[in-house]
Amino acid sequence: MKFCAGMTAALALPGRYTDRIAHALQAPQKPPLVWLDFQECAGCSESLLRASSPSIDNLVLETLSVNYMSIAMAAAGHQAEAALQQTMEDYQGQYIAVVEGSIPTNDGGVYATVGGRSAPDIATEVCRNAAATITVGACAFFGGWPSAAPNPTGAVGVDEAVPGLNLINIPGCPPNAVNMTATVVHYLTFGELPATDRHKRPLFAFGQTIHDSCERRAHYDAGRFVQEYGDEGHRKGWCLYKMGCKGPSTYHNCPAVRWNEGTSWPVMVGHGCIGCSEPHFWDAMSPFYRRLPDVPGFGVQATADGIGLTIAAVVGGGFAAHGVASGVRYGIKKRRQPSDDGSTSPTAQTDERPTESTESPESAESAESAESEEEDRA
Amino acid sequence: MTRIAVDPITRIEGHLRIEIEVEDGQITDAWSSATQFRGMEIVLKGRDPRDAWLFAQRICGVCTTVHALASVRAVEDALGLRIPPNAHLIRNLIAGAQYIQDHVVHFYQLHALDWVDPSAALQADPNKASQLAASISEQPSSASSLKGVQSRVKSLVDSGQLSLFTNAYFGHPAYELSPEANLLLLAHYLDALTWQREIIRMQALLGGKNPHPQSYLVGGMAMPVDPNRQDALNADGLARIRQWIGQMQDFVEHTYWPDLLLAGKSYPDWFKWGGTRGNYMSYGDFAPQPYTLEDALFPAGLILDGDLSQVHEIDQSKITEEVTHAWYDYSGGDRLHPWEGETRPNYTGPEPPYDFLNTDAEYSWLKSPRYEGHPVEVGPLARVLIAYAKGDERVTRIVDPVLGELGAGPEVLHSTIGRTLARAVETRQMANEMPRWADMLVANMSNNDLRIRDDSRWDPSTWPRQAQGYGFHEAPRGSLGHWINIEDGAIANYQAVVPSTWNAGPRDAQGQLGPYEQSLVGTPIADPEKPVEVLRTIHSFDPCLACAAHVVDAQGREIAQVKVM
Repeated sequence: MKFCAGMTAALALPGRYTDRIAHALQAPQKPPLVWLDFQECAGCSESLLRASSPSIDNLVLETLSVNYMSIAMAAAGHQAEAALQQTMEDYQGQYIAVVEGSIPTNDGGVYATVGGRSAPDIATEVCRNAAATITVGACAFFGGWPSAAPNPTGAVGVDEAVPGLNLINIPGCPPNAVNMTATVVHYLTFGELPATDRHKRPLFAFGQTIHDSCERRAHYDAGRFVQEYGDEGHRKGWCLYKMGCKGPSTYHNCPAVRWNEGTSWPVMVGHGCIGCSEPHFWDAMSPFYRRLPDVPGFGVQATADGIGLTIAAVVGGGFAAHGVASGVRYGIKKRRQPSDDGSTSPTAQTDERPTESTESPESAESAESAESEEEDRA
Repeated sequence: MTRIAVDPITRIEGHLRIEIEVEDGQITDAWSSATQFRGMEIVLKGRDPRDAWLFAQRICGVCTTVHALASVRAVEDALGLRIPPNAHLIRNLIAGAQYIQDHVVHFYQLHALDWVDPSAALQADPNKASQLAASISEQPSSASSLKGVQSRVKSLVDSGQLSLFTNAYFGHPAYELSPEANLLLLAHYLDALTWQREIIRMQALLGGKNPHPQSYLVGGMAMPVDPNRQDALNADGLARIRQWIGQMQDFVEHTYWPDLLLAGKSYPDWFKWGGTRGNYMSYGDFAPQPYTLEDALFPAGLILDGDLSQVHEIDQSKITEEVTHAWYDYSGGDRLHPWEGETRPNYTGPEPPYDFLNTDAEYSWLKSPRYEGHPVEVGPLARVLIAYAKGDERVTRIVDPVLGELGAGPEVLHSTIGRTLARAVETRQMANEMPRWADMLVANMSNNDLRIRDDSRWDPSTWPRQAQGYGFHEAPRGSLGHWINIEDGAIANYQAVVPSTWNAGPRDAQGQLGPYEQSLVGTPIADPEKPVEVLRTIHSFDPCLACAAHVVDAQGREIAQVKVM
């Protein structure tokens, strides 16, 4: 029950749900789940191995029936593929599909094959027959680093490769184990996926910026910045904004839940956030040590979302100015204001496909001058 | 003659396909194919070299840390940065924690099910199993805990939903362990899961998170060290590190090592099969000081044809990569040094869905690295044999007693079990060495040396217009190298030659088989429909295919000098 109480807290639910969670986790028939992996590094699988609530052995032996997961399953070759096929037949429309890794779309998807079948082919069949699809990690979310400029294999995320699914994204590079398990528990308990933002990321984990929950925020607000790694401010735990921290434009719950059972997280150890839960972060947030433009500080009220909006536009322009070799620019999505209950309308999904940016250096400048106007008002 | 394809090879990292020819119950030929490609080198072109490690680390999340380390070393080499001792020690501790977690999880989560039949565990007597445990370990599992494990397995089987054990090779004739041994190893499989997430927290303390720790910097580390500051590595952090090292040593000595010996002795035939041609290589790593291999935990060297009487020196200019049987084009020549020419991905395999590859032509996304034209095996067996051949007491004192018990010489190590044993040997070595690095860190802090980075060339305006360098690391799976070419402050070329590429690569222009392919030929197969024997040997290499098939281009200039890390 301690796990259940903890999970109730993680999902920010009222206490009365604790019993429901306990029951769901002991329900007699185990929900079947298949885990697909394509162009991946397996970091998401490894991160799941760090799960403690429930633990990975609990998940796999008691909570779920993980009928297919290449990195961990006993069977290989034909027998492994048969397990996947059998699950799709026996539990059509009932199993959960989890996807790790990007899907290559160039050249018929020959850049990732399993059992002689291409990744796009497998993903389409398996996800379309699933009750729900959970993507884990940056690669399955938007294509990950394989999709970073110039995207040699045409890598995309699952939502783009197989549109129209009942799908949720749990990004992060890799995702925090806590966020993966909490999403599964939410689904098992309530029979539906949690409320999400416009990127289909669960709000309980991606509803707030790092900046707004960072333990070093007081240093930011007071103007105490690390000027160089290793300096006195660094040893005093001062704000890493000037070292390139992308916390202000990153939605993720790292400061709240931390990593590896609350041990630490990048800013806590002394290195800035790289924005790993954000779409196209490998291009949008790099160079990682280049600092974000000045963020309006304490007392100036743009909402976090508004700040994210402005920063996103400037980052987009700044990215263009940086001039990464390929010349492909990513249109950075301007976020809508969330509605009062914190969710966004499911009809408001927009295309996450990278586009030739229409932003010119001029628009970057005007965004920057808008920024300094806000600062003057501070 | 039957041709069989095993795809996916499961319980590995990434995507591997093995095709074999079987005749009269024996493997007569074998082909190893990586079926996934991403293109890290292309993605890195044009980017800030200080960012490279963040990207490169994502070549692999099972081998997390290793590419970050090789990357920062390469950039530091190019820019002439010299990291301070504290940064080196923290890097060693992070890498050491990686070894311990990686090797143990490999044995239980990835390899064990080739030797362990979970269904047989249901027939075990938990009391007898506990007695067996007490006979091999000073910290035996209790009868009641083993009974608990048995109940869990029984519930799983009774539910009819077998989860990860769906379609497993239950009752396969190649399984040899007693029901009690099966139960014991299965219990430890579960214990390992609990243990690994706890001890890896050491990496999160030093690196911010695991997987993909984030405290590296070109020039040092981003974790401050200061006994008198809250947000730095202080005595609390050091105490926790020591505690975790203690837990690592405990599990490795009293659970992993005894289990490994139990499995090895139960499968004596597997000292006969699974060897490669006997060429082994190590770049050397884990010295207590940076920029030297003096007193390195893993010495450098090259062994040829299994001859342990001679350990050759490594000359990295003799490394080449071939693409004869790989889905890449070279503009000229078959065999090129990593910095010559240009490679483009060019898939010429069968259109999916396909049944078999065309193994007479190109058949893999891996190139064939060669040392002076030889295919070489890298990884734990290579490291242990090189140290053994050099008479390194830290290895001989662990290996000789085992050989004594077996009544055999070191020649039995050229095998599947030998390789598996070597992995456990070096895990013990690593666990024994880590406290030394913690001690050295403490000594530096006591002397008020709190330096964690060389800040002399952080700003790109301090860099030469052109610079090149490389970084080596002996990663858990073997010899890893990253090469970088920097021009006008940006990455002009990036190249990685990765352990699993050495081991899993296809035939070369001469038709020489790669190590995986060599290791399979001559192995008996009881049931071609359930080729657990293939898995036993392939898993003994601990394949990482995301690592192996990372890269496409090879372009740049020759490195003039061999530099030490």
